[in-house]
Amino acid sequence: MEVTIKQEQLAFLFEAWKDDYVIYGPKRFADDGCFSDTDTIRYGEISGPEEIVFDEKSQYSFKEALLPAYQTLFYFTEDAVKEADGPEKEAIVFLRSCDLHSVKRLDEIYLSNGPEDFYYKRLREKIHFVWMSCPEVFENCFCQTMGTDQPEDYDMGVKWEGGMVKIDCRKKEWVSLLEPFMKDKDAVEAKAPLRNTFEEGAGKDVRIPESLSIDVAKSDIWRDYDGRCIACGRCNFVCPTCTCFTMQDLFYSENGRAGERRRVWASCMVDGYTDVAGGGSYRQKNGERMRFKVLHKILDYKQRNGYHMCVGCGRCDDVCPEYISFSDCINKLEDAMKEVSADDE
Amino acid sequence: MMSNEYIPFLSEIKEVIPHTSIEYTFRMTYEGDVKPGQFFEVSLPKYGEAPISVSGIGDGTVDLTIRKVGKVTNEIFEQYIGARLFLRGPYGNGFDVADYRGKELVVMAGGTGLSPVRGVVDYFATHGEECKGLTLIAGFKSPEDILFKEDLKRWSKTSNVILTVDAAEPDELAAINEEMSPVTVHTGLVTEFISKLTIGSMESAAAVVVGPPAMMRFSIAGLQKIGFPDENLWISQERKMCCGIGKCGHCKIGDVYVCLDGPVFNYTKGRSLLD
Repeated sequence: MEVTIKQEQLAFLFEAWKDDYVIYGPKRFADDGCFSDTDTIRYGEISGPEEIVFDEKSQYSFKEALLPAYQTLFYFTEDAVKEADGPEKEAIVFLRSCDLHSVKRLDEIYLSNGPEDFYYKRLREKIHFVWMSCPEVFENCFCQTMGTDQPEDYDMGVKWEGGMVKIDCRKKEWVSLLEPFMKDKDAVEAKAPLRNTFEEGAGKDVRIPESLSIDVAKSDIWRDYDGRCIACGRCNFVCPTCTCFTMQDLFYSENGRAGERRRVWASCMVDGYTDVAGGGSYRQKNGERMRFKVLHKILDYKQRNGYHMCVGCGRCDDVCPEYISFSDCINKLEDAMKEVSADDE
Repeated sequence: MMSNEYIPFLSEIKEVIPHTSIEYTFRMTYEGDVKPGQFFEVSLPKYGEAPISVSGIGDGTVDLTIRKVGKVTNEIFEQYIGARLFLRGPYGNGFDVADYRGKELVVMAGGTGLSPVRGVVDYFATHGEECKGLTLIAGFKSPEDILFKEDLKRWSKTSNVILTVDAAEPDELAAINEEMSPVTVHTGLVTEFISKLTIGSMESAAAVVVGPPAMMRFSIAGLQKIGFPDENLWISQERKMCCGIGKCGHCKIGDVYVCLDGPVFNYTKGRSLLD
């Protein structure tokens, strides 16, 4: 069901949802940015439509809703463990098309790559996605290149258009919420899902060479990153498709015999990621780590799963304190492949 | 009810077999299917988890040979007496003895690399009729680092056991030779013994190489040089496996997850793995 309402009327949805759902969306955290007097836009709980920042890109993705940065798996005493409880309420997440496409990538790793992940699945089953349109292709975005510029499989779509909001509801349970507006002449039976209105070719032009192979690891381009990258891992933490974590035990200072095991986000760019017992480690150079990350996003994930991992949100480019651009790196790969194939001849 | 792979179960330490001052085999209670070369996530609450490969399989037990080299393993050595450990697993593919049945089998192991492959060696050393001959080349840093001494002696009765240490003082060497008799303890790297192998047919031979990265690289090169085709070579990789179930990403190499697709790889796949 598709209806068009005034922007301020969106509040009725929040009112209807508030008892049953926790609602997450991109919101502004004033003065919380990296530099003084700057804001940060990241995901948080929202109680009304006025809190959603829909005209700017969020610096962090929605992924915390499914993969919290710190997640307690279980509590332990010396010889017993107790599984951590999941959330009681279901959740609704407002997100852009790129992030909606990243859900498929997270599902691939957490539900299909090996056995299903208990904690992920538990949250996933209770989460509903509301796609929100982008007013424009933001800086550093290359969703059109990655084929993630239009939404797929949302529970509800919300599109801002000239002060009005078009709503396409695909979730049966929510259709009745739109009834007050259905008498409106604008209410129609939805045919196709809503779409972003982008100019063809808008956004950064990023090209993944057809011939790309692991041989590109031999190229000299990676050496540039040995010195430029400082291995801070921010690119991983803002990425909606980075899924890595590390196990961590902690114990309570009041009772040293009890504690919890949790998992925390991990970064393949940061020291220690590959450390094995006894002092061994792999990819000590930052350029090797850059190569590992880039090729995961646009080569080896596809070899394993049939489509690219990167969704082209460009957040890694936005956040890098050394102004390293992931998308510029991709654009260097064509020449890098030529370089290595010339070396082989 | 969904199953939760992350919740460990308690396992009793039935027996502790010391090999060296920092390497003990812990015989743990375990009922269920398990193969040599698979691994368990072993944990002590407060200290975390560590992936440890299965070095032996008994009736209702698994052997985990643990080296005291990290946060978790240090603590296990501190407080194991009378204790239990938390386990989850087994994970990974493990070795499939069917891959080596009827073949001339060469196993090259460096240091604790002998642990994951011990089950394979033991199987063919005790089921000699199922293969066309078994040679084990086991290398350790020094006489003090030799693991599974009693096994090495036992295996030498039915198989060709080449035991070597990187270096040893003459008196040390004499002492260890006396202790290990009838097995001779040589000095030198495992790779030095490859050229002495007598293989009837490379096509029906198989080699398994497990050990530190440099040892594996040079051993593979040596075996290739004497004519082993890549499809008859097998390796087992050691990586940081935090979750064991393809989620945490630490063990990924290219499009491979060592915890799911490995740790045992045929070298036709293993050769393409670039960290």
